Parts: sequence; C-alpha cells; structure tokens
Amino acid sequence: MTDAGRTVEDGLVAPSADEDAPAPAAARSALALVADALTVSPIATIGAGLILFWALCAVLAPWISPFPPNAMDPMALVDPFPSATHWLGTDQLGRDIVSRLLWGARTVLLVAPIAVLGAAILGTLLGLVAGYRGGIIDTLVMRVGDVLLAFPQIILYLIILAKFGASAFNIIVVITVTKAPIIARIVRAVTLDVKNRDYVAAARMRGEGTLHILLVEILPNARGPLIVDFFLRLGYTTVAIGVLGFLGIGLPPPDPDWGGMIKESYGLLFVYPHMTLIPAVAISSLVIGFNFLATGIREASLDD
Amino acid sequence: MARYWAKQLLNIAVTLFVVSFLVFALNEMTPGDVARKLLGPYATVDQVDRLTTQMGLDRPVLVRYFEWMGAALTGDFGQSIIFRRPVAEVLWDRLANTLLLAGVSFVVIVPFSVLLGVLAGMRERSFVDRSVSVFSSICASIPEFAMGVFLLAIFTVQLGWLPGTSPLRADSGWPIWSQLVLPVAVVVLYDGGYLIAMIRTSMVDVMRQPFIRTAVLKGMSFQSVVVKHALRNALITPFTVIMLQLNYLVAGLVVVEMVFAYPGFGRMMLEAALAKDIAVVEAGTLVAVMVTMLTQVFGDLGYRALDPRIRV
Repeated sequence: MTDAGRTVEDGLVAPSADEDAPAPAAARSALALVADALTVSPIATIGAGLILFWALCAVLAPWISPFPPNAMDPMALVDPFPSATHWLGTDQLGRDIVSRLLWGARTVLLVAPIAVLGAAILGTLLGLVAGYRGGIIDTLVMRVGDVLLAFPQIILYLIILAKFGASAFNIIVVITVTKAPIIARIVRAVTLDVKNRDYVAAARMRGEGTLHILLVEILPNARGPLIVDFFLRLGYTTVAIGVLGFLGIGLPPPDPDWGGMIKESYGLLFVYPHMTLIPAVAISSLVIGFNFLATGIREASLDD
Repeated sequence: MARYWAKQLLNIAVTLFVVSFLVFALNEMTPGDVARKLLGPYATVDQVDRLTTQMGLDRPVLVRYFEWMGAALTGDFGQSIIFRRPVAEVLWDRLANTLLLAGVSFVVIVPFSVLLGVLAGMRERSFVDRSVSVFSSICASIPEFAMGVFLLAIFTVQLGWLPGTSPLRADSGWPIWSQLVLPVAVVVLYDGGYLIAMIRTSMVDVMRQPFIRTAVLKGMSFQSVVVKHALRNALITPFTVIMLQLNYLVAGLVVVEMVFAYPGFGRMMLEAALAKDIAVVEAGTLVAVMVTMLTQVFGDLGYRALDPRIRV
C-alpha cells in the first residue's frame, strides 16, 4: 500500500543491459545469483538467516508449537506475562503467543510468496508482450497499469476485500493484480532496450517463435532487476498483509495473523506491552530479512 | 510546452473519469445496504425500503453516477452519510490535518535523507556507508504500525514524555506540537529509510563517473568535489522519487493515522469505505488520484529543469 511508488527500476536496469553480448548464453541462473550474494555479502547472509528461521518455524509449526494457536488458557490471564508454561506469555484471551507466532509465520510465508510469484508472472508476461509488440497493446497494458497505480491502494484493497470477503486467496488475488503493473514496467523497460539487438534479430531470422524470443532471448536480461524486485516485494507484501491485519480487513479471526495480533492487543499497550511488541518484532524481523537479502543480491549483481 | 500541458491535462481528466466510474461501480457490487447501515439492525424492512427510495438509491447505477458527476463538476460533492456533514467540509478538514502531518514530515525527511544519503554514497563501502545503509534498510523494513508500537512503548509507556494518541485537540492535556512528534517520527523513519537508500545509490553512481575522477586528480579537495560536482548530479534521479513521496504523504498515511488516532485523510477514507459512504470515498479518491498525477507531472518538469539534456 505504501510501496506503490517503490520500484527498483532506477539504477538497476542499466547494468544488465550494458553488454551487447548474447546475454542468454552468459546468463547465470537465479539460484547462482542468490548463492553468489550469500558468499560475498554478510548483509545477505543475515537476511537469509532471518528468512530461514521463520521458514523453519512455519514448516514445523504443527509439531513444535507448544499449544494449539487458538486454545485459550483462562488461568494464564491472571498473569499473562512470559512464564515457564507460556514462554512469551499469552495474549488478551489467554492464547499462547509462541504458538500464535509460529502459526502466524505459516500464514504470511504461504500467502506472501504465492502473491508475489503471481504478480511476477502476470507482470512479466504483460511487460514482455507490451514492450515487444508495442503499438495499441503496449498503450492499453500501460494505461490500465497507470490507472491501477494511481488508485489509492488502501481503497482498492478495501473495495475488493469487502466485495469478495477477506480470505487468504482473495488477499493473494488483490496483491497480484495491484503489484503486476509495477513488475510489468520493469520488464517492459528491459524489453524495449534489447528488442532491437542483433541476437534478437538473429533469433527472428532463424524462425524462432515469438514465445521463444520473449522467454529465451529477452527475459533473461531482466533477471537481475526481477530477482532483486522479487525479494523486495516479498518484504513489502509481508508489510501489506500486516497492514491489512492491523486495519482489521486482513485474514478473519481467530486464526493467527501477525498484523491482527497487534491490532487486537494494541489497546493494552500500557498494561501488557509484550502482547503487542512481540508480534511487531516478528513481522519487522521477517521484512528486514527480505530487504537485507535483496540488498545483498543487488550488490553482488552490480559487482560483475 | 502548450502541447505538453494539453496532453497532461487530458491524461489527468481521462484517468479521473475512469477511476471515479470504477469506484462507483465497484462500490455498487460490494454487499451491504446503505439504508440498513444507517438505520441499524432493528429497523423494519419497510423503513429500510422507504429510506432507500428517499435517498434515490433504488435507481440504476448509471443514472446515479452521472447525477453525481454533474454535481461534482459544479463543486458539489454531496452529503457524507457517516459524518453527517457536507463531504467538502469533512474532506477539507481531514485533508488540512493530513497536510500538516505530511508537510512537517516532508520538511524533516528531505534534509535528513539527503544528508545521510550523500554521506553514505560519497565513499562507497566505507564504514559510514555501511552503517547508514544498514540503518536505512532497517528503518524502511519496519512496518509503520510496528514502528509506531515501538516508539509508543519507549516514549509514551516507559518515559511518559509524549502522548499516545494525537487527536489534534488542545483539550487532550497535551499541546498540539507534542501530538505531532510521534506520528512525524514514524513517517520520517519509514519513508526516510527508503529515500536514503535511493539517494545513496544515485550518489555512488555519480562518484564513479570519470568527471569526478578528473576533479579529484586535478587536485580539488574532496569536499568541494562532493559539494560542487557530485551533489547536483546525484540529486537528479532522486528528485522524481522525492516528488513521488508527496503522493505517499497525502494518500498513504492511513496506517500512521490509525496508530495514533490522528484525524486525517487516510483514516477518513478507511472509515468511509468500511461504511460504504460512497460520496466521501468518491471525493477522497479523486483528490488522491489528482495528487498522484500532479506530483508525477511536476516531478517530470523538475527533472527536465535539473537535467538540461532532456527536452519537453
């Protein structure tokens, strides 16, 4: 919602498009780029560590969480602060905070990657076709994207979520639709830049299909910016999911959701600050993880 | 130049038209009945129907849309259902509050992030660069509501220095300026974190250029190289981004406003959308879209002014 204007376009598209060499042949895989970043950048390592920690929590939640996430323990309400039974205390309804954190990680780490992947695929396809074909298709795709981006994001979320109900699936759809135009812009810029290069012409001469030219000849040039954008956007999407929860239009209760946990206990900040602070630390650390990893990858890819 | 303006104005007009219609249409599809919401759960079906007819809500969407648009073009945005006042009044009230918060934040953010961004970018990978980069990255990562919670826990709960809510009323026991401190701090840290990173990247790019090396090699002091040669060039790209922040500062402050119970534009939009107060949502959306598009146009113009290589 607040990241509508935040893209990685500036200063990122150029490096990968500099070389006029047949880029696809020299292209390293996405995985190699991430691995590279991990070896050279301590920041990336910290980021990856944070992500890995929460990913493990999410995967293992059913086995390691000490209590069911929605189970209330009325006796704990006498003293909801951290104790031997409830390591991080309980929330205002006596629900174990450790368990809710673990299950909350599961929610956000399921919804955010699917949503971002959806936006990446849709945005990439639109950007490729718009940039390559040009003309009316280009105008149409970009204009629709402009309108979507000009919309105040929160209103768009509200209207769509109010209409279709707040569910994980609908949040994924909303994020896919609102973020795809940003990715389409990045991919379109790269496509415009390389579509007249010799190797693209060569591919056309040897009779390759449009799909082959788009995906094999052109798309690899956008690899760098796209991977950095992917991790940044995972961070923003985690924030967006948190914001939806905080504003009360996210995933419906009682299932744990970090933003929702903060909203529910927020009024008790003076009395039981841990109920609000712990989920706030959790969501911040996950977003820091994504952003650190993105920063590390960008540095590594600029070093080439 | 005239052609440029004509094109931009047409662009804005078309977008406003499309967006206003989309909001109307989408709102129409959302469940929930305005009359039912107004009268509460104990009203009879008959009462609800009567109010619906009275408010003219039983007529087709298109008719109501063009009626609304005709009135809006003459400056009449109708009545707000939840605030029970003319939309224009509520809108200007809330917009003024948000502009206060946005203005103060903007005045702090720009020098703060230019200073840190330039300091970090002028010596790439130095200790200062590393520290500033990590700081800005962390600031930009902490969601506004989490940042708000952290600052509240420190300055309100622990230290008791600042108020926990910012209703902007003098009778709340805290002077108005003190109610602005925490909301502004959240906006500055969150948005500043992002801007610092942008400015740093741009500064790093400029410092790698041959003309900077020339300036250093001809014996100029590092300080005047940075101030006289690098600074202006390094601020060209971030200028557009800084302009785009105005858009965030007007339409995107809803979370901060919710955290501090600040009576601003974003909160008004959220409340209105939840209550299906279409007149407020429409007017607010138009204002937000207008701000977005105008900042884009002015960002564009400023960019051209700063970089003489680009022509309109």
